[in-house]
Amino acid sequence: MTVSASSTTAEETDAPEGPKFVFNWVGRIGLSVIVFWAIVAIFGPALAPHPPGEIVDWDYFGPVTSEFWMGTDYLGRDIFSRIIMGARYTVGIALAAVTLACTIGVLLGMVAAVAGGWFDMILSRFLDAYNGIPSLLFGLVVVAAVGSSIPVLVLTLTAIYMPGSYRFARALAVNINTMDFVTVARARGEATPYLILREIFPNILGPVLADLGLRFVFIVLVLSGLSFLGLGVQPPNADWGALVRENIEGLSLGAPAVLFPSVAIASLTISVNMFIDNLPTRIRDRSE
Amino acid sequence: MPQKSNDTPLVTVRDLKIGAVTDAKRKVEIINGVDFDIAPGEILALIGESGSGKTTIALSLMGHTRPGCSINGGQIRIGDNEVTAMTTRQRAAMRGTEVSYVPQSAAAAFNPSQRIMEQVIEISTIHGLMSKAKAREKAVELFRALALPDPDTIGNRYPHQVSGGQLQRLSAAMALIGDPRLVIFDEPTTALDVTTQIEVLRAFKSAMADGGCAGVYVSHDLAVVAQIADRIVVLRGGEVQEVGTCEQILNDPQHPYTRELIAAFEPAGRTPQPVSAADQKKPILEVLDLHAGYGTMRDGVPSAKILENVNFRLEHGRNLGVIGESGSGKSTLARAIAGILPPYRGTVLLEGHELKPDLASRSKEDLRRVQIVFQLADTALNPGHSIANIIGRPLTFYHGLRGKALEARVIELLDMVHLPANMRHRLPSELSGGQKQRVNLARALAAEPELILCDEITSALDTVVATAILELLKELQSELGLSYMFISHDLSTVEAICDDVLVMHKGVVVEALPASQMSEHATHPYSRLLISSIPKLDTGWLSSLEQDPELVAQFSDR
Repeated sequence: MTVSASSTTAEETDAPEGPKFVFNWVGRIGLSVIVFWAIVAIFGPALAPHPPGEIVDWDYFGPVTSEFWMGTDYLGRDIFSRIIMGARYTVGIALAAVTLACTIGVLLGMVAAVAGGWFDMILSRFLDAYNGIPSLLFGLVVVAAVGSSIPVLVLTLTAIYMPGSYRFARALAVNINTMDFVTVARARGEATPYLILREIFPNILGPVLADLGLRFVFIVLVLSGLSFLGLGVQPPNADWGALVRENIEGLSLGAPAVLFPSVAIASLTISVNMFIDNLPTRIRDRSE
Repeated sequence: MPQKSNDTPLVTVRDLKIGAVTDAKRKVEIINGVDFDIAPGEILALIGESGSGKTTIALSLMGHTRPGCSINGGQIRIGDNEVTAMTTRQRAAMRGTEVSYVPQSAAAAFNPSQRIMEQVIEISTIHGLMSKAKAREKAVELFRALALPDPDTIGNRYPHQVSGGQLQRLSAAMALIGDPRLVIFDEPTTALDVTTQIEVLRAFKSAMADGGCAGVYVSHDLAVVAQIADRIVVLRGGEVQEVGTCEQILNDPQHPYTRELIAAFEPAGRTPQPVSAADQKKPILEVLDLHAGYGTMRDGVPSAKILENVNFRLEHGRNLGVIGESGSGKSTLARAIAGILPPYRGTVLLEGHELKPDLASRSKEDLRRVQIVFQLADTALNPGHSIANIIGRPLTFYHGLRGKALEARVIELLDMVHLPANMRHRLPSELSGGQKQRVNLARALAAEPELILCDEITSALDTVVATAILELLKELQSELGLSYMFISHDLSTVEAICDDVLVMHKGVVVEALPASQMSEHATHPYSRLLISSIPKLDTGWLSSLEQDPELVAQFSDR
């Protein structure tokens, strides 16, 4: 294993060890797929051969041709272009929402664990109560109230997934908080930001990242659910989940229209989890 | 089965080799060609420090190795069974009836949701040795032989309803129920208090004498082994250093390592620092009427009171030892002084200056002057930080050191605790137990404290390593003029380093006196009991020990 090899060489050399993030090949594949989709999302308009909303084929559910690489959808629009443009919504919204949800949730969870007492009590009960609201219902109410736009979608998805992340991080942080090294830091007079960021966070990072991967997948799914209800990404644009839903009838006609968006979703969610599960041991598992 | 004559050994181990494959796929030899015999009815002790392979050898007698290890060569024979040549199924059939095992932690070995009796007679059920009713009768007999209270009904309790010492004896009953010819004891008294240890040792000794079965006693404690074993095998690094009878090993050790072990058992004493009358400085630490406890506060008193009315003073450059058994409140005392657990009544004075009860209201300077070092270096060092980070943080925090100056000081501190400078790039998981404890100490020293509260800092270490740490503490004291408050359950370590001793029992200081007079002049019955319970390097100590049973009962919760 590369990680343990790097630690044994530290005996001989006096040079400080830099953060050597060595991935195994499964992790590298995951990372390259994620990077690929990120690039697609950024350069989408330049890459797409047709505007996503334009009806370019006279037939619907067309087959794979040299002009339409992934066939056409139920209105005769180019699936290839729609997937490329959809990457913006799926990757962008899901990534933004999961980052926000986990950052807020983990920070609040750690603060609650360290502070304890009434702060922990009030925050935990409040978020528990909040967790009881069904996520789609919550989305429906918010979008009905303020209308659908990308910031609203990101914030709604963040709000739906933050309490779970909070619960998870708090449970982990409470365990670390009782360890002697945290007590030593507290006895030294360290303030809460140091305690949570330097003492606790590195030790809960592994599970938190795994949780982030899982939450990312859920967000992609909820986003497609919202789009199906007409609350998500607005037509003519569509995220990948919506592409699957709107072309589902094509399945019986043998059209490739439903296949490629599904492959896109699968490739993204699987590679996110492949990447996170194969992070270097040094990051993933500190508790050895 | 016909009784074998005494000159045929019950167990023979020849050229035993056990190896393991590490996570890095590297092969390591744990046991390197070990030979020994055990005669029927004999108790053989395997002694050595952690990593010497004593438990690995003991487990291999059952044909068992820990995950990742394998028996790579040699021969183990028990009676007529060639353990090394057996199949897994045959080995399983042998365990419990031929060989049985008493683990170190009985609490972890019992299923908390089953009654004790069911678990004790499990071996006879698995092997179909006897009917359940008969097995229960036999278990009650064993309970009686092991001097357990209420032998007829104790089996109906759950594991959490008996004390630690009782549970350890019950696990011995579990091992003896199948009439094995060999019982393996794996450090069975290490986790127990000294007064409890005596009871358990006595029970084991009498049960083994009745049964006539042979035993293997694994321990790191020579004094305990001296009480129970007939012969001793001294191990180090997977090799036998010396084999001999108990008397020979204790009185006439041949191998230098054995001598080192025996020397480490009684660390050199300390010349008491005189309280100089000319030195008019206020005591470094003075504790007045200290009360502390846990739980919800009601009318300014917590629901669980731990410490009550603790008073003492510690002069500059002197060391105070605090001894007591588990639950005596000695760790709570250190936490209350450090402010981790704010005392609800009483005063802590540091050089005459009052320390506020809780951490938040103490000044940074107050916090710097008193440092606390915990028992388990494993949990006291953040596994995600490098050694340089761990030692460097108090330097940055208290003294504002950065960059080159910080690095130079870290190296200096590592040197003070006798660790090489390049160790600063490593993570705690890459260090041995003794090294971690040195880092733990270096972090406390980094603050440049005047008082260090040492909470059982040598208890989790091997005797030889612990002695080295004590030496280090003494050396640092003479260089830096520190004072220590040294908490321990082990009287000999306290005697080695302290000038004064407090004896604690149930949160109250029962006696305070100079360390040098501890053994002779202690007057409180609990102090006397505690002192008399500490095993001595003398084979006849346990049999000749006489303790007043009423006194024992009075001071124990058993």
